[in-house]
Parts: sequence; C-alpha cells; structure tokens
Amino acid sequence: MINAILVIGGLAALFGLILAIAAIRFHVKSDPIVDKVDALLPQTQCGQCSYPGCRPYAEAITNGSADINQCPPGGQTTIIALADLLGKDVKPLNPENGEEQVAMVAVIDEKECIGCTLCIQACPVDAILGAAKMMHTVIAEQCTGCDLCLPPCPEDCIEMVPLAQSIDSWKWPIPESPVIRGSISK
Amino acid sequence: MSTTRARIWPFFGGIRLPGHKSESLGKTIQAHSLPQQLILPLNQHIGLSATPAVKPGDKVFKGQLIASASSSVSAPIHAPTSGTIKAITQHPTLHPSGLNAPCIVLEPDTQEQWADTIKPNAHPLQIEPETLRKLIGSAGIVGLGGAAFPTRLKLETGIENNIDTLIINAAECEPYITCDNALILERAAHIIEGIQILLRALNISRCLIGIEDEMKPAIHTLKQALTLTDETDIRLVETPTRYPAGGEKQLVKTLTGKEIPANGLPSDIGVLCHNVGTCYAVYQAIRHGIPLISRIVTVAGPGLGKACNLEVLFGTPIKDLIQLCGGYVNDKTDLLIGGPMMGYPVNSDELPIIKSCNCILVGSRSTKTEQTVMPCIRCGECVDVCPAKILPQILYWHAQAKEFDRIQDYHLFDCIECGCCDYVCPSHIPLVQYFRFAKNEIWSMEKEKLKSDQARERHEFRNQRIEKQKQAIEERRRKKKAALENKPKNLADDPKKSAILAAIERVQRKKSVADVEPKNTSNLSNAQKRQIKETDERRKNNKSE
Ligand code: SF4
Ligand code: SF4
Ligand code: SF4
Repeated sequence: MINAILVIGGLAALFGLILAIAAIRFHVKSDPIVDKVDALLPQTQCGQCSYPGCRPYAEAITNGSADINQCPPGGQTTIIALADLLGKDVKPLNPENGEEQVAMVAVIDEKECIGCTLCIQACPVDAILGAAKMMHTVIAEQCTGCDLCLPPCPEDCIEMVPLAQSIDSWKWPIPESPVIRGSISK
Repeated sequence: MSTTRARIWPFFGGIRLPGHKSESLGKTIQAHSLPQQLILPLNQHIGLSATPAVKPGDKVFKGQLIASASSSVSAPIHAPTSGTIKAITQHPTLHPSGLNAPCIVLEPDTQEQWADTIKPNAHPLQIEPETLRKLIGSAGIVGLGGAAFPTRLKLETGIENNIDTLIINAAECEPYITCDNALILERAAHIIEGIQILLRALNISRCLIGIEDEMKPAIHTLKQALTLTDETDIRLVETPTRYPAGGEKQLVKTLTGKEIPANGLPSDIGVLCHNVGTCYAVYQAIRHGIPLISRIVTVAGPGLGKACNLEVLFGTPIKDLIQLCGGYVNDKTDLLIGGPMMGYPVNSDELPIIKSCNCILVGSRSTKTEQTVMPCIRCGECVDVCPAKILPQILYWHAQAKEFDRIQDYHLFDCIECGCCDYVCPSHIPLVQYFRFAKNEIWSMEKEKLKSDQARERHEFRNQRIEKQKQAIEERRRKKKAALENKPKNLADDPKKSAILAAIERVQRKKSVADVEPKNTSNLSNAQKRQIKETDERRKNNKSE
C-alpha cells in the first residue's frame, strides 16, 4: 500500500516538475499570438468589428477584451479558424457587427468623379488610383470591399457591386440535404 | 513484342462494376457532320487560357492556329474546319458550374479547306526528339484521357526527371466509356506509331501498355499490330478488370509495383503515363501534320436511342451528337460529362465538346432509382474499397463540419475522386461531392489568404506613410517655433526684411511639403501601371467630350 502511494505520488511530482519546466522552457511571448490571430482575419480593414482595423481587433481578441465572432467579412470560416487556434467554442456571428455577405468590390462612376481625393484618403489599402482634380478609379483585385470610400464621396459616385463569379472562382457546393441521387444507376 | 501475362502488382481496394460497354462497341466510329456553328472555349486544358490569334470577320482554314498558348502551361487551339470567325465572346462551356467563359465562335463554310501550314512527315522517327516535343506542343495536344494536361509539358518533365518507362493507359475502366477501346479496334497501328514517336521524343525505348484483361478483341488487335513492328521493348500488360484500374496511380502500381508518392507525380518514380487517345493524336500531328481538332467521344446511357462512338470536331454542341445517336428516349433526362463514376452533371445540351470530353452519358428519369441520403452508420465499406487507402467516412465527417484543417490530416488530397466509396455506401451519402467541396474550399481559402496578406501589406505601408507625414509636419512646426524664438529683434522690426524672410520660408515649406506628398503611385505593379494608363486615356476622352 505504502509502496503504491509512494510510486503514484512520485510520478505525480515528476510530471508536475516536467510540466513546470516545459511551461518556462516553451514560453511564447504574446505577440506571436496577435500575429497568428491577425493572419486569420480577412484584412478588409472595414472596422465592422468596432476596432479601427484587423490588427487592433486581433490585439483585442488576444488580450481577451473582444470575442471571436465580430468579423462579418470573415464570417463563419474565420470564426471556426479562430476557435481552432485559441481553443474556444465556435459560435455564430454577432449580429450587432453585421451579416456575412457575398464579396463586393467598389466601382467609381468615372463620369461623375470630380477628383476630390477624399476616397483615396479613406481607402485603407491604397486600392484607389487618382490625383487631385483628376478622375479616380478602383483597382478591383486590390479592393477589399470594405465600404469605407463610400461615405466621404461628395458626389455619391462610388458603388459597391458583388464580385462577378467566374469558372476560376466557382466552387463545388456542399451537397444539399436531403440529397436525391441522379438517374444514372451506377 | 513479348508475351503478355507479365508480373503485375494489384492495387488496393476498387470494385467490380457492370461494364455496359457492348452497347457502344459493336459499331464502327462514325464521323460527325459539320454543325452550323463551332464554339471553341479558349481554355480546354489545365493551365492558362490560350490567347486569340484571330479577330471577328477573319477567314480561317482547317487546322489554322486560332489561339496560341499563353505560357508553357497552356495549349494552342486550331480551327476544326474552314470558315469565318463570327465572334470572340462569352459562352457557357463544358464545366460543372455551367458558367460563361471566353470562346471563339466559328461559322463553317463547308469547304473543309486545309491551311497550307499542314505539313506531313514521311519519316517521323528520324526527327530530333526536341523538335518532336515542340511539334507536339504546337499541335495543341493535351491528355485525352480526361485531365487535358498539356502533353508537351508532361514530356519535358519526363526529360528533366530522366524517366525510363512510358506507360500507356489503355485500361478504360469506367462503365459505358469505350472511346479508347474503339480507337484501338480501328486504328491500332497508328496508336503504335504514336507510341514510337513518344518514345523517341522522350529518348527512351521501354514502354508498357496497360489494358484490362476483359478487353479481349482490343488486346488481340494490339498484339497483331505489335507483331507487325520490330519493337521488342513495347509490352502489353493485362490488368485485372477492376475499377479504377485505369487511374494513373493504380495503373502505375499494377504495372511496376511502385507507388507514386503522395502529392507526387509519376515522373518521381521514373515513369510517364499517356492515354491511347493521346498517342493517336501524336501520330496525327507528326505523321500528317494535323493538329488536335477532333476526338472520339462515347455517347451512351439508358436515356439514349442507340449508343455509339463518334469522331467529333471540337466546338460541336452536345445536342448534335445526341441527335446522331437516335435522340433522347424520353423528355426528362440527365446529362453527365464523363462516366457514371467520375463524371459531372450539366444542365444544357447546347454546350460544346472540348478536348477533355471523352463521354456523354444520358440518364433517363424513368430508370431513376431515387435514393434518399441516410446518416453514416460507420460500416466501413467505403474504407474497404478506397484505392487511395484513406478513410472516406472520417473525411466526410470533417467535410460536413467544414473542419478543413483536420480533413487534410486525413489526406483529403490523396482522394482521386474515383467514386468507389460513393458507390458502396449503404446510406447513399454523396461522399465525393463532399470531398470536391472540401478541396475547393481549401483552394479558395489559400487564394483568399494570399489576397489578405497583400491587403495587410498595403495597409501597413499606408499606415507607415501617414505616420511619416505626421512626423514631417511635427518637425516643421518645431523648427518654425524655434526660428521664431531665435529671431533677432532688429530683423523683425524691419518690415521689408521680414517680408523677404517670410517669403523664403514659404518657398522652403512648399518644397518640403512636396517631399512628403502622399505617393500611392510608387512601387506599382504592371497591372496597376496599365490601369493608370487606361484611366488617363479615359480621362482625356472624358475631357474632350
Ligand atoms: S470586421 Fe473583420 S475585416 Fe473588418 S476590420 Fe474587423 S477584423 Fe478586419
Ligand atoms: S475517398 Fe476518394 S479515392 Fe477513396 S474511394 Fe472515395 S473517391 Fe475514391
Ligand atoms: S460506407 Fe457510408 S455508411 Fe458506411 S462507413 Fe462509409 S460513409 Fe458511413
């Protein structure tokens, strides 16, 4: 009996020691976690999460002041990825932050544009080209669809349109349930 | 030529399937008449779309280049007949999405006039290997087994990897499909010559032809054709008739005993695979100078009048083929491109035949066996048949839960989408579609990741720029303040002098402002530069309007 207690107790102490050493030895600074969280965010920089961009939101998630379900552009996929990284439970998107939407891209009506440069200043990712008093234009591949250029435009000539689907961007959908199988009997 | 019954190494899993081959095999290959219009997608292969080399209104000859390869991972397209280019426009193409893609529309003039660039070669086997590979590339040849990978590129990787064996895939293992079988029965000698050309292009002599042991007439024909040549290094190997014997990995394993590594290519273990249809195309291109403008397509299925094999010009609409095969048996039908195991459904018969299309399968709703999907009962039957030796039921679990990280731990990308698991699943779960869904999601997430990384970079760059601007303004303010404080009294007393000083300072300020002016026009990519140029032009036009 005594022997058994000693052995179990000794093992517990040993593992405790190993864990303690591992905690010190493999300690990670908090910054790399912010990087990892930031890497999972879509970088739309739209501010819908109520932070002034993706990185500030990543910092808030890491220090525990924000939940993982506040990024509408990332949607469920991002929430799952964040939950996976941080060992939290998956939850639905917080409706206060907005709804998950199809990918959008900004388009400037070039005839209306007066070249005020206000949209350039608003664009968080430098996706708008133009100069003072010259017509502006959006580089579609670089636009993140954040909406931020719409409010400052005095001419109201910027519009968000859904990103056109092509054969290259098409994806096999998840099978609908219940599925009825096709007619060619295998 | 040596005897058959060589040693084989059977692959794991797979299933015995009813062949349904005799329906389409009994007759000879029929040539299809000219349709009213040919619609030729610019992308009929794996890789980048071809670049149009003609414009609407151009008159073209049969076999003339109408779109050229835009990179090494691309293939040119040739006019299947002579006629006039009507348009280069968006049209639905043969693709599971049914979406539009850019196509060249050709209206035949029924003259069938050949282009004068078509040059036959009397002695194909005397051409230099490098030249052969180039000719194969410029004939627009891609793998005709279904993958449509540019053949020249495959040959070049073979050369780079010093492969020693060419494997010819004649094991047409999917039910209903007989286009390769029919080709062997009618043109075996040409296929053998195509193989000889490929061997020369690869600078090797060893070739194994893998063929299912139940394709008796085809085996007989190939054997005879081989005895007519003095080849000793081309061997015919019969494989057990078991689906998917013709899968690339399975065939290589069966014939050589070697496994292609996960995420690897056959050339990693010293072999290269080509389909018999591709061999025939190579023969046509080198011996007769005829580029790839047509292929054999099997049209079959329970919803069709009579099954047959047709030689079809690319761009011909599916409905023309159906008509030639006796039309639909009833008005409610399903169309499948490819075989019943790996094919994908389309919802229009206006779509044009492209290089990768080996079979049109017509299902009929009257024979429909409607099956409702039930939950997975963990019976493990899918595991027993999976030739990739992965665990379909676990992949399914993670796919429907959208756990795309974990699903890769279970080797999702080893799945060859053969459909065996689907076939045996007693719960009728559409497993393969779940796997295609998961693969597509993972690819698109990778693309999005790339895009968001770039967005982050630009965002950080912009933040830095704004920060610098702020600092510059701060610096100026500080200097000015210091200058004001140090200003000698007598200067400030003299109104003229202080006016001059103020002017100098204004100029200087302007200069320094110019230095830190926001510049989102530096570091531009070519696409951006082009866009600026186009915008400038539009701007000029807007002004002059
Ligand atoms: S809502 Fe999402 S995309 Fe928008 S700034 Fe916040 S983290 Fe970035
Ligand atoms: S998991 Fe993929 S490779 Fe395995 S049987 Fe199913 S479809 Fe075939
Ligand atoms: S065959 Fe179907 S029911 Fe059986 S384990 Fe596989 S997925 Fe589940």
